[in-house]
Amino acid sequence: MTRALKTTYVLVILALLLAPLVIVAAVSLNGPQSLRFPPVDPSLRWYGELFRQSEWLVPLRHSLVIAACAAALAVAIALPLALYVWERRGIAAKALTGMGLAPFALPPVISALGFMIFWMTLGGYGRIYATIISHGIFLVTLPLVTISLGLKGIDRSLIEAARVMGAGRWGVFRTVILPLLIPYMVSGYAFAFVLSLNEYIIAYMVAGFTVETLPIKIFNALRYGYTPILAVVSVIFAALSALIFGLIGRFGNLPRLLGAERSQHD
Amino acid sequence: MSATSVQTATPRWLGLWPAAMLTLFFLVPFGIMLAVSVAHRDVSGFYEWSFEWDSYARFLSAFFGKVMAVSISVSLTAAAICVALAFPFTVFLSNMGHRAQTRILVVLLSALALSEVIIGFSLSTLLSQTAGIGNLFHWLGLIDEPRAYTPSLFALITGLCYIGFPFAVLVLYPPVSRLDPEIVEAARVMGASGPRAFFGVIVPNLRGAIVGAFILVFVFTLGSYLLPQLLGRSEHWTLSVHITDQAVYQSNLPFGAAMSVFLMLVALALVGLASLAGRERGAA
Repeated sequence: MTRALKTTYVLVILALLLAPLVIVAAVSLNGPQSLRFPPVDPSLRWYGELFRQSEWLVPLRHSLVIAACAAALAVAIALPLALYVWERRGIAAKALTGMGLAPFALPPVISALGFMIFWMTLGGYGRIYATIISHGIFLVTLPLVTISLGLKGIDRSLIEAARVMGAGRWGVFRTVILPLLIPYMVSGYAFAFVLSLNEYIIAYMVAGFTVETLPIKIFNALRYGYTPILAVVSVIFAALSALIFGLIGRFGNLPRLLGAERSQHD
Repeated sequence: MSATSVQTATPRWLGLWPAAMLTLFFLVPFGIMLAVSVAHRDVSGFYEWSFEWDSYARFLSAFFGKVMAVSISVSLTAAAICVALAFPFTVFLSNMGHRAQTRILVVLLSALALSEVIIGFSLSTLLSQTAGIGNLFHWLGLIDEPRAYTPSLFALITGLCYIGFPFAVLVLYPPVSRLDPEIVEAARVMGASGPRAFFGVIVPNLRGAIVGAFILVFVFTLGSYLLPQLLGRSEHWTLSVHITDQAVYQSNLPFGAAMSVFLMLVALALVGLASLAGRERGAA
């Protein structure tokens, strides 16, 4: 196949992925409360409306708080896990890695039901901290993968050098390992943050009736018919994800983070 | 390795905190779920501890058989479409420059991270009567009246492909980008045309990776919960939807838990199979 044909194929698929979002972005500009394409009376009215109506602001705040805390918890569990597993090969290391990867590999409804029954039994059902912990555990996989990747790239001789100069374990960690890991921790945090923001089923089953997150609010609102605010929220969420991943791509090496070994910066 | 085994860079106690957290909040919930799946259903909405196979026995019903058939056939179709589209896409992608790859990966990740609720809403808008492609077809003179294409099986499979495609690319990306470009180069030098090099060299070398990706995308779409409700009709509801329906709306936690345990076993077996397939060939 020629180069032009390959590029066309890639671009057509990307266009298909973007098509629904383009329609939604256009629909969000409708002046009256209707979903029309092309938009009628284009205005930014509903963007302002989102930040005035508390029925949307409260879920937005819930989502942001949950995502920020859950991603921090995920990193706080993944960092020691990755450090422990690094250079260890025993059963304990294998079991820990398996537990770190499993929640994400299984269909999420399984974890969701597990968490729901767990919090019902223990009494956290319907509380925001239950959602935060559940998301934190569910998303451990992402920082675990990025931090392990960072550890794999650390040059052993750096650590040896620091040791020869008299640094203890803590000194080596603080002056050599940690600075090299920070970019991977940040990208792991960002991945977990975005996915928590968009997660529905766990948030719904753990505390859906009391702690409404934005995806839950959108789903509930859909049942009562369409309003352009739904489109506004979708546009903002898509833009936020693209911004965060764009920043990782700009300041980090996204192809390497996702498993390509050959790709280098131009 | 030998020099470092004297002193590893990290102390042993470091493993305690993640082990405690994952045991308490991941293993224990699974244990409780297992216990609930054999508990006795209490009509008041919860359950009483006991040991009975009643919930599992319901798997033999026609209802459950139909749910499984729908879930599996819908997910298989979507997974096949996704991998067929994603494989050439990934091969082309991995041959691009670093900057182009980064940009495309940002688009894919953003699409993948998007909440199913937003994807469902966007697609139902795209397929709707007032703002959708029906308008476009009407304007082009292809159909007499603008019409809606949702809810339908077509809409549901489109939605599953939308979430499955970026996932398929990301699963295929590591093995494809690790494929030695010299193999393809050698085939070209020996006179193989582009398509022949593709089907004769690239595809066979990555057979394991393709099978692995197919299984993982299948498990991934099997987990979709919102799309069947937003884009499909109630007869298209998948196992994930029924699990939630039983647990939250029918107040039958034991049956929901039993279905969940079943889904977990199926998913674990498939994920294990996928990693075997990926190891066998291609993932050098």
